[in-house]
Amino acid sequence: MSDMLKVENLVSGYEKVMILHGVNIDMKEGEIISVIGRNGVGKSTLMKTLIGLVKASDGTIAYEGEDVTKRKAYERAWRGLGYVPQGHMVFPRLTVEENLMMGENINKIKGKKPDYDLIYEYFPRLKERRTQMAGTMSGGEQAMLSIGRVLTGNLKVMLLDEPSEGVQPNIVEQIGDIILRINKDLGISVLLVEQHIGLIQQVSQRCYAMDKGMVQTALTREELLNYDEIKKYLSV
Amino acid sequence: MFGDIFAYIYQFIDSFAFLVLAALGMAIIYGMMGITNMAQGELIMIGAYVTDIMVCNLGMPLIIGIIIGTVFTGFVGLLMDRLIIKRLYDRPLDSVVATWGLSIALAQLIYIIFGPSMTGVSIPLGSFKVAGRSYSYYRLLLVAIAIVLILITFLVFKYTKFGLHSRATMQNREIANSLGVNANKMNAGTFMLGSALAGLCGGLYLPTMSLTPSYGESFLVQSFVTVLVGGADPLLGTVLAGGGLGIVQSILNMKFNTFYGKIGILLMAILFIRILPNGFSGYFNGVRLKMKLKKEKNRGDK
Ligand SMILES: Nc1ncnc2c1ncn2[C@@H]1O[C@H](COP(=O)(O)OP(=O)(O)OP(=O)(O)O)[C@@H](O)[C@H]1O
Ligand SMILES: [Mg+2]
Repeated sequence: MSDMLKVENLVSGYEKVMILHGVNIDMKEGEIISVIGRNGVGKSTLMKTLIGLVKASDGTIAYEGEDVTKRKAYERAWRGLGYVPQGHMVFPRLTVEENLMMGENINKIKGKKPDYDLIYEYFPRLKERRTQMAGTMSGGEQAMLSIGRVLTGNLKVMLLDEPSEGVQPNIVEQIGDIILRINKDLGISVLLVEQHIGLIQQVSQRCYAMDKGMVQTALTREELLNYDEIKKYLSV
Repeated sequence: MFGDIFAYIYQFIDSFAFLVLAALGMAIIYGMMGITNMAQGELIMIGAYVTDIMVCNLGMPLIIGIIIGTVFTGFVGLLMDRLIIKRLYDRPLDSVVATWGLSIALAQLIYIIFGPSMTGVSIPLGSFKVAGRSYSYYRLLLVAIAIVLILITFLVFKYTKFGLHSRATMQNREIANSLGVNANKMNAGTFMLGSALAGLCGGLYLPTMSLTPSYGESFLVQSFVTVLVGGADPLLGTVLAGGGLGIVQSILNMKFNTFYGKIGILLMAILFIRILPNGFSGYFNGVRLKMKLKKEKNRGDK
C-alpha cells in the first residue's frame, strides 16, 4: 500500500528553541499508529508541525506523495488532514452543531453532503446536545465533539492528540471503539498521541516511542501489548 | 412634561444610533482581528466625501451616493488591508500606531485634494413638532437604519458560513485555521466589511454635519470608546455600549452641551478600563457561561 504520510528528519520548535531534532515517521494508508513518550518530549509539537501550526525548520512532510512542508495549515486541511488537538479545543461559544460544521472544509468534495447522521450514530450524546454551547460540555463530551468535528469533512488522516485527557475510563474505551470504527468503516488512517496504556493497546497496530525530540524506537503490536515494555516509554 | 420625556428619548436614540453606526465597523475589525483601527474615522470621512461628490457634483440622489460611498470605502479598506494591515496581524500595539499615522496622512491627503471644506448636502425629509420643539425625520430614519443594521449583522454572523467562520476564528484562530479556514481571506473580508460600514456611516451623517478634512475625527472618539467599552464581541458589545454610553451622552448633551457629552464618554472609557477591562460583552459572556455551567452541574447532580 502507498505511503499516506512520510516524515523525514523533521526539525521544528518555537522561536529559537528547537523541540524536534529529526523525527522520522511513515504511515501507510489505513494504519493506526501511536506516538508515545514522556511529558514534554514534543509529541504535541510534532502534531502541530504536521498540520502546519508550527513551522518546520528542516526536513520534509510528504502527504500522499506530495511535499506539504511549506503548505499552510488550512491548505493541509483542504487536502484531507484532520487535526484533533490536545485539550480538545472545541469552540466554546459555538453550539455543538456549529462546531461540527467547522470541519466541513476538510477535503471538501463538491456535491457531497457531510454525513451528520453517521457522526450522531458514533456519538449519540452530541445529537442530544446539538444546540448546547460547546464550552459548557463535560470533558468527555468535548473529546467526542473534537473528534466529530473533523469527521464532517472527508479526511484521510486523523492527527489525534491525547483524546483521553480529562475523560473518564469508560468513555476512553468508547473513544477507542470509535477510532477502530472510523478506521474500518471510513478507511481513515490515524496517528494517535497517547499516554493512556489501555487506549494505546486497544487501537494501535504499531507505535513510535519518542525521546529527546526524536523517534527512538518503533514497537510492533506484539511489543506494545507487553505492559512492562510499553511502560518504559511513558512517564509513570 | 411629555415634551421633556420625548426630548430625552429622542436624544437618547439619536446618540445610540450615532454610536452604533460609528462603532460597528471598528468593533467588527477589533473583535475579529484584534486590530484597533485608528483610521476608522478617515474611512468614515472617505465614505462622506464620495457620497458628497456623487450628490453635489454628479447630481445623484443621496441614497445612491451613500451606496456608492459604502462600496468604495469597502474597497479602500481592502486595499489598506493588503498593503498595510496584513503586516500587523499579530502586532496589536503596532497596529494602533500605524493606523493612527495612516489616519493623519489620509486627512492631509483629502485636505490637499479637496481643500478645507466641501459643499454640504441638505438634510432630507423635513421635520415634525412635538410640544413646541422641532425634530428631524431623517435622524429618526438613522435610528431605524442602525437597528436594521444590527439585525442584519446578527443574521450574517449567526447564519452564514462567513459568520460562522469569523466567530470561530475569533474564539480560536489556530484551530479554525487547522480546520481549513483561510485566515488571510477572512481578515481581508472582515476589514473590507468593517470599512464599508464606516463608509456607510460617513454617507449617512453627511447631511447632518459640515464636511471638512477633520470629519473623521468627530467620529473617532465615540467609536473608539464604544469599542473599548463594548469589548471583543462586536455585536453584543456595540449594542450594550451604544445603549449605556447613549444614556450618558444624551443626558449630558441635554443638561449641558455636546462638549460635556464627549467628556462624559471619555470618563466612561477610563472607568471601564479600571472596572471591566474586557468590556461589557466580556463581562456579560462570563456571567452567561457561569450560569450555564451551574445549570449543567445541577442537571448532572440530579
Ligand atoms: N507555544 C510554545 N512556545 C514555546 N515553547 C513551547 C510551546 N509549546 C510547547 N513548548 C515547549 O515544547 C516542549 C514540548 O512540548 P509538547 O507540548 O510538544 O510536549 P508533549 O510531548 O505533547 O507533552 P504532553 O505529554 O505534556 O502533552 C515543552 O518543553 C514545552 O514547554
Ligand atoms: Mg502534548
